[in-house]
Amino acid sequence: MKIFVKELWTALSSTVVLCCVLCGVYPVIVWGLGQLLFSHQANGSLVQVNGQIVGSELIGQGFSGAKYFHPRPSDAGTGYDGGNSGASNLGPTSQKLIDGIKANLVAYRQENGLPESAVVPADAVTASGSGLDPHISVENARLQIARVAKVRSLSEEVIRSAVERAIDRPFLGIGGEAGVNVLKLNLELETLAQKKP
Amino acid sequence: MNQSGWLQLILYVVLLVLITKPLGLYLYQVLDVNGRTFLDPVIRPIENITYRFIRIDARKEQGWILYTASMLLFSAVTAIFTYVLLRYQNLLPLNPQNMPAVVDHLAFNTAFSFTTNTNWQSYSGESTMSYLSQMLALVCHNFFSAAIGIAIAAAVVRGIVRHSSQTIGNFWVDLVRINLYLLLPICIIYAVFLVAQGIPQNFKPYDTAKVVEAQTVQVPKKDDAGNPVKDAKGNVIMVDQKVDTQSIVQGPIASQIAIKMLGTNGGGYTNANAAHPFENPTPLSNLIQMLSIFAIPSALTYYFGRMTKNQKHGWTVWGTMAILFVAGTLVCWAAESGGNPMVQHLGVDASGGNMEGKEVRFGIFNSALFATITTDASCGAVNAMHDSFTPLGGFVPLFNIQLGEIVFGGVGSGLYGMILFIVLAVFIAGLMVGRTPEYFGKKIESYDVKMASIAILLMAFSILGFSGWAALTPWGQAGVNNNGPHGLSEIFYAYSSCTGNNGSAFAGLTANPSNNDPHYDITLAFATLIGRYGIIIPVMALAGSLGRKKLVATGAGTFPVTGPLFIILLIGTILLVGALTFLPALTLTPILEHFLMLNGKLF
Repeated sequence: MKIFVKELWTALSSTVVLCCVLCGVYPVIVWGLGQLLFSHQANGSLVQVNGQIVGSELIGQGFSGAKYFHPRPSDAGTGYDGGNSGASNLGPTSQKLIDGIKANLVAYRQENGLPESAVVPADAVTASGSGLDPHISVENARLQIARVAKVRSLSEEVIRSAVERAIDRPFLGIGGEAGVNVLKLNLELETLAQKKP
Repeated sequence: MNQSGWLQLILYVVLLVLITKPLGLYLYQVLDVNGRTFLDPVIRPIENITYRFIRIDARKEQGWILYTASMLLFSAVTAIFTYVLLRYQNLLPLNPQNMPAVVDHLAFNTAFSFTTNTNWQSYSGESTMSYLSQMLALVCHNFFSAAIGIAIAAAVVRGIVRHSSQTIGNFWVDLVRINLYLLLPICIIYAVFLVAQGIPQNFKPYDTAKVVEAQTVQVPKKDDAGNPVKDAKGNVIMVDQKVDTQSIVQGPIASQIAIKMLGTNGGGYTNANAAHPFENPTPLSNLIQMLSIFAIPSALTYYFGRMTKNQKHGWTVWGTMAILFVAGTLVCWAAESGGNPMVQHLGVDASGGNMEGKEVRFGIFNSALFATITTDASCGAVNAMHDSFTPLGGFVPLFNIQLGEIVFGGVGSGLYGMILFIVLAVFIAGLMVGRTPEYFGKKIESYDVKMASIAILLMAFSILGFSGWAALTPWGQAGVNNNGPHGLSEIFYAYSSCTGNNGSAFAGLTANPSNNDPHYDITLAFATLIGRYGIIIPVMALAGSLGRKKLVATGAGTFPVTGPLFIILLIGTILLVGALTFLPALTLTPILEHFLMLNGKLF
């Protein structure tokens, strides 16, 4: 019994001490250093236009208008819901999955004026794991250039160079995959539109 | 399977080899009460004050029973601590989103899931947990359960190394030293790096962004009571809703992610876990996160070699793990880049692979690699949704878990799990040559083999028993998100993951349904307990028994535990046990689904 009481004290007191260090001091040190050295990232990499937060560089956003580049389909809440990250979680033999992809394919081809037989990039018709994927593949972006250029009455060349600038490239040329940041790209298109005489 | 993938795989393995020895040597000092590290000037005073405050004598060691009892008592105290915090989070500070109290069965499940290093999540983090619950109630277990795993591994290794000894170390000393010297310093640097990559670390409420283009979405029409309205045919009526804002999740995320990966915990801050851009923003953060999962388990094999004064044995164990790891990665990668023929038939680019549930920045290779690593280890963080993997791509994570997560494995648990298989392999080899099996000069006797068998068998009973039960009951069937064999896979994966203390999921499974049926939460919580303590207790008994034994001289008939022959024997034992136990059930789940997919069958 004596040994149990002693051990119980040790268990309780060590919980208190270690929690103070590991769950108090530690996150506060990281908070201090993070705010000091990388305050933009530490606060969510927010994008502001005229002082108004319009999103985060890292979080995808829904776009459906013809003048914008479109992100991937999303299963986060009702689509790109920042408070409800999530995926379809449909397996490879799911009727619902195949039906969804079929519908996405028809819509994608129609929007971008592609023939019915056109092969479409996989990311364009599938939902991401987070539902907040900020990127689309470079191929997917290229297929949307003609539509965006036409609606905005800009040359395809101008749009293409904007796409090139919005590519996040793999580090050291091999780590991860290249992707086009849709929010950044669409915001740049808006500034291009304003500059236009 | 492109060239860039091969280069990344090689890069990963090379980096892993490079950190194994230095970190192993560091562990050798940390896990010795008299060890010296370069951090002594800073940490030694804190360590000594801690010992005084918690009233222990650091020089006094414990026998295996007291060591295990201390660990169990500490686990019980901290589990209750977390349960209470979650139940009353609405009354506690640091809750800017005004999250309500966590319901009882969910708090029960979460408390045990985190205490056992499983970190299965029946909830969605960003819409359930307050900042205090995340950084205290959950993060404390990320540290504690990791430290306990490493402590048990160290105690088992001491048992193997010592002879005619009644003690195997002091639990409290191991607990304190592992946290202060190992986990904390690495996490501080690691977390700041993660902030630099884009993971937030703040205490402000969620931001609300005014989106660039407002969207119109369809939502179910609801009556005044909040219930969905149905038409005459019973279909839910949908109405248009305008969405012009986006909630941007904030909080102390970086500090949680660092220990979540390093401690092979895997419990995410958000629902999407490491697929969420705020938990894993870049390919570089992804690489470092994958490396940090295997870092300590890999270094522990070096520590093991150093302790047994047989570094070749350490590397033999490492090699066994590495072979199983690379094999799993290649199968998963091949299956995912091959993709789903039914999808490709519709006109989707086949070279893109299976992108459902995957992020563009990671692509096929990094998703497959991450899935293999997270289930080889007992991490369970996911950067892509395993539920949407191809059947064979999903088979790899599932089978990895069922092998006991001994391919590098969880921090500590990987090594002591592997030691069980080594004992079994040595025993089988002994039977084959007709000689009493020996391991490091100790006779492996009936008691030792019994303990190893109990640990391995309990796991199988829990996985198969619970899965079978759930699959045959209405509450079990109600939880699945997919029909056909894939639905059964979801159930099978859930109990494998919880018993294996992994925590990843075929996440379509609804374990915490809106009608508050507690069956899944409770059974999964028990699975985590069986998987954790049902292995630790027999393994500690084995360690105690080995430590008490006298040494016998090594002779010509002693089976060598190094080199290719032993690797083959060990891999054979692992695969044989895994296959014999789980192949029948696997045949009904991913394997069946694979052939159905090839035949174009949909559910």
